[in-house]
Amino acid sequence: MPGYPLPDAEQLLQALIDQMRPEVGPETGLIGIHTGGVWIAERLHQALRLKVPLGALDVSFYRDDYEKIGLHRDVKTSDIPFDVEGRHLILVDDVLYTGRTIRAAMNELFDYGRPTSIRLAALVDRGGRELPVSAQFVGTTVAVGKQDRIELQRDDQGRLSLLLTKD
Amino acid sequence: MWLDPANPQLNKNGELHHLLSLEGLPANILRQILDTAQSFVGVTQREVKKVPLLRGKAVFNLFFEPSTRTRTTFEIAAKRLSADVINLAINISSQSKGESVLDTVANLAAMQADMFIVRHAASGAPYLIARHVAPEIHVINAGDGRHSHPTQGLLDMFTIRHYKKNFSDLRVAIVGDILHSRVARSQIHALTTLGCPEIRVIGPKTLLPSHVESLGVHVYHDMREGLKGVDVVMMLRLQSERMQGALLASAQEFYKYYGLTDDKLALAKPDAIVLHPGPMNRGVEIDSSVADGRQSVILPQVTFGIAIRMAVMSILAGN
Repeated sequence: MPGYPLPDAEQLLQALIDQMRPEVGPETGLIGIHTGGVWIAERLHQALRLKVPLGALDVSFYRDDYEKIGLHRDVKTSDIPFDVEGRHLILVDDVLYTGRTIRAAMNELFDYGRPTSIRLAALVDRGGRELPVSAQFVGTTVAVGKQDRIELQRDDQGRLSLLLTKD
Repeated sequence: MWLDPANPQLNKNGELHHLLSLEGLPANILRQILDTAQSFVGVTQREVKKVPLLRGKAVFNLFFEPSTRTRTTFEIAAKRLSADVINLAINISSQSKGESVLDTVANLAAMQADMFIVRHAASGAPYLIARHVAPEIHVINAGDGRHSHPTQGLLDMFTIRHYKKNFSDLRVAIVGDILHSRVARSQIHALTTLGCPEIRVIGPKTLLPSHVESLGVHVYHDMREGLKGVDVVMMLRLQSERMQGALLASAQEFYKYYGLTDDKLALAKPDAIVLHPGPMNRGVEIDSSVADGRQSVILPQVTFGIAIRMAVMSILAGN
């Protein structure tokens, strides 16, 4: 593993839980973005004891790189099992980078209804924004190079970890 | 040539550029289409049933042969992908004034078409068009002669997978007018590629193509024998408009021997499902009590057809 030792994902998750606990209510809707964001959202949903069922988004149909690279091979199904209209929502993703995924996710959400508010939780903010997007809940901020990829992994026991790879 | 010469629907990277036939399409591409369609089923259950993938694209429905259901589901699918859709029923347009197919297509391409959905009574017509369009244009075969109807085959596979989960232990019967059926050919190719171990075709000798066994199917002339123990019954429409000569004594006789009735369906597995590509001839190839019965999945087929066509168009337009 070169250069930067990545922080422990489980500790970052705990930090997110601590930040979010005072900020969520019984009617808050939590929505993970496939795939890493859903893993984190599942853990947050459990730890924060939210009673609204968990939502999941695959933003493939809303991505702005479709014209360039086509449709993603492995499209998952978006599933929002609650009414978005008039609800406070929190989007959850693993790594916040350019902001383009979050733009796509917000566009998709509005096709389900008009939420009262959307906030964003990210395990890692790696900077490099290309759109005016910011997260309200952040596990940690890291500085990595353009060639670096940060990937969230989940083992058989459900433990989360971060992996740094070079493109 | 930038397309694969052995399979002109694939580009040099092995990705789908046109959809002309299910013959020769690898299993991973079929599965990619079915999986993507699954995600579109979710979209079609939302408040806003549209996604922006094909925004700004022009999709031309080129129907040289009449069709209501297929043309409509392609139109709905394209609109749900935010494309602009232009419908042309060519038999009442330029062709009747003597314009050639390729001239028609060249004129439409000059109107900045991005995709052609083609139905034609002549087998191979979509291939002809695909060979002559500019590289950025995609062609989808919506049924050509007796040859192929790939999106119908795909929506049938989607329907089977939806109810039966996988193909690896299924017995499937295809019943009726196999000779004239592009649907049957598409079904046989797709089922074989997806690993279905036993495909039976059931019909009178006059309505079976002479080489049909070479496709790896089992031939039955006795419908009662052929339906025993099957998981899926795929009925076909008796295509009276394609009948030439004395292939059949009468529709009544066909119904007696090859019409799907409750007592014949009882020979299949109790949880067998019944498919039909439509439009149905009730009382000819299928009895109303079966068509409207609990084992019928004929209306879900139509709904799934929209998701399948959304998947095909969005995969093609992105490649």
